[in-house]
Amino acid sequence: MASTTPIDKPPAPPVALKRAGTKSGRAGDKVFLGLSKGSGILLLVLMASIAVFLTYRASLAVSRNEGNFFTTFDWNPAGDPPVFGIAVLLFGTIVSSVIAMAIAVPVAVGIALFISHYAPRKLAAPLAYVVDLLAAVPSIVYGIWGALVLVPYLEGPNLWLDQFFGWTYLFEKTEVGVARSLFTVGILLAIMILPIVTSVSREVFLQVPRMNEEAALALGATRWEVIRLSVLPFGRSGVISASMLGLGRALGETMAVATVLSPSFIISGHLLNPGGGTFAQNIAAKFDEANEFGRDALIASGLVLFVLTLLVNGAARLIIARRKEYSGANA
Amino acid sequence: MKLQRKNLLRATALGALAVSGALVLTACGSDDNSGGTTGGNGGKTSAASNIKCDDAKGQLPASGSSAQKNAMDLWAKNYMAGCSGVEINYKSSSSGEGIVAFNQGTVGFAGSDSALKPEEVADSKKICKGGQGINLPMVGGPIAIGFHLEGVDSLTLDAPTLAKIFDGKIKKWNDPAIAKLNSGAKLPDKAIQAFHRSEDSGTTQNLGKYLGAAAPSDWKYEAEKKWPAPGGQAASGSSGVAAQVKQVDGSIGYFELSYATSQSISTVDINTGGAAPVKATPENASKAIAAAKIKGTGKDLALDLDYTTKAEGAYPIVLVTYEIVCDKGNKAETLPTVKSFLNYTASDEGQKLLTEAGYAPIPTEINAKVREAIASLS
Repeated sequence: MASTTPIDKPPAPPVALKRAGTKSGRAGDKVFLGLSKGSGILLLVLMASIAVFLTYRASLAVSRNEGNFFTTFDWNPAGDPPVFGIAVLLFGTIVSSVIAMAIAVPVAVGIALFISHYAPRKLAAPLAYVVDLLAAVPSIVYGIWGALVLVPYLEGPNLWLDQFFGWTYLFEKTEVGVARSLFTVGILLAIMILPIVTSVSREVFLQVPRMNEEAALALGATRWEVIRLSVLPFGRSGVISASMLGLGRALGETMAVATVLSPSFIISGHLLNPGGGTFAQNIAAKFDEANEFGRDALIASGLVLFVLTLLVNGAARLIIARRKEYSGANA
Repeated sequence: MKLQRKNLLRATALGALAVSGALVLTACGSDDNSGGTTGGNGGKTSAASNIKCDDAKGQLPASGSSAQKNAMDLWAKNYMAGCSGVEINYKSSSSGEGIVAFNQGTVGFAGSDSALKPEEVADSKKICKGGQGINLPMVGGPIAIGFHLEGVDSLTLDAPTLAKIFDGKIKKWNDPAIAKLNSGAKLPDKAIQAFHRSEDSGTTQNLGKYLGAAAPSDWKYEAEKKWPAPGGQAASGSSGVAAQVKQVDGSIGYFELSYATSQSISTVDINTGGAAPVKATPENASKAIAAAKIKGTGKDLALDLDYTTKAEGAYPIVLVTYEIVCDKGNKAETLPTVKSFLNYTASDEGQKLLTEAGYAPIPTEINAKVREAIASLS
């Protein structure tokens, strides 16, 4: 068992082991090499087989689709003729995630800065712990809380938004109904991605070289100016990658959305109206009652989500790679 | 010192794991044992009740409609208590899935909220050697229209008004059409929030059939499992719709009666054009099912429900769940169990249990034919 090896002693580098030439060392080396290589290959095989499975099942469904896969505003693979399209799901997924990011990222950066630069040490540690704890709550619990507490309590704020910001079109509420809308989903998702964005940003802000900050202070900068001149530029790429991690979670969130949203196949710019849908929510809601073909159709929508997530991750990497040279952090 | 403590912790964790693992293992073991020891005692009539076990033995896999789940659970429990060595395994999924499983030959019988379609019957001939799949009406149930309106405890609606509400044509509770049917009630000037099922559902389809038949000029949608009308709000499952209606003031929705009774949600009385508005109760649903005609031929007992019935006390929004079996060519190993189990569910004792679970028994006349059909299964 691993527990018999001393933990405090750092493992010797493989080169040293080879030079030492002991038999057991060499065998262990080989085994470890095999294991790690195997794990790496396994991961690639897994990803490839997921992609192949999704593509195969999706192609079965899409070839029999009588509607347009990208522009049909309906999901009825059991109908006659069978039609389904991802337009509404793509819209709902992106809109709810964007709302979540717009709310969560500024708040998360604020919390992270407070913990890393403002809070007294006695307060910082427990606060960081509480924020991390938010991530430990299962998403179905967020969903139930959202449906039973958040939705009824948002009715007042929704009326207020409608009354004073209805002119923006976005906040005009044209349909009656409780707040089971994309906007509410966005708020809920914001709470759910808050801990990951906060804790990664906090780690990055803590890594800002002490010298930079002290130099700024020596030049007579106030605390806010220190943050603006040295902490934020240094941490920018870290915050971006933290946000992308959060975005990934928001895009794929299933149970919380399915519990809160009142799904319908309509695209509406009025964010407060009940209705809309997201990829993951639609799969969770429709899978039980779907027949073989309906499941293939849902898998096709899953493939689109898969590609969307890949694109988001790729974009994040690009941004980080481009900014790497300007800062020391590359999380 | 630090290291030792870590090892101690790890050892404790390992120990805990081993203990819980052993517990799980023994739990599985005891299950297997009871199955093994009682396996040979099948085929005896139980003394406790009138269940005839005949040659029933082994496992009976079945699958289908979730609308009859509670009834099936109750029946299976009683039946297995009476006939040891038999295991009725009803997987409650959906009507569609039940029929697919039946036509693949993986289940002894399927449960469905609607009768087999012609192409499904054609498919079933591959599995039923020399015969075909038939529908046996076994469980009836009223679909209640639940509402939540502060200050209003009872409400009467008719099919056209109901259709307009669910279609978004009537938007306020004090609409003249509603007021006309409820003289004396104080209807508030409040928006109506109509809730429907977000996933495909036999309940939706049966409500659609009713609205299409009883209010053809106000409900022009096909009766499909998917909610057809635009607007309104969606919730997942009957339980989800009931929860929303319970929570939201000014709401209306549809679900099986049991959800309304268990959460004390007020239900709409239906004005069928008969003498008095009809309440949603199991007895009243049975009366409406009694007005149905059998449209199936031979042993097939598919029903043609009369949604426009004006018979006194007949609640017209009903749902009938069929058990689907082969008339000939059932699998030899499950046939005795299927016959014995369905005999029990169609018996007076079995049908009486339905009322307890919020369902409606199948009327005597139709039930007699169901029993005949079961007896002749081969």
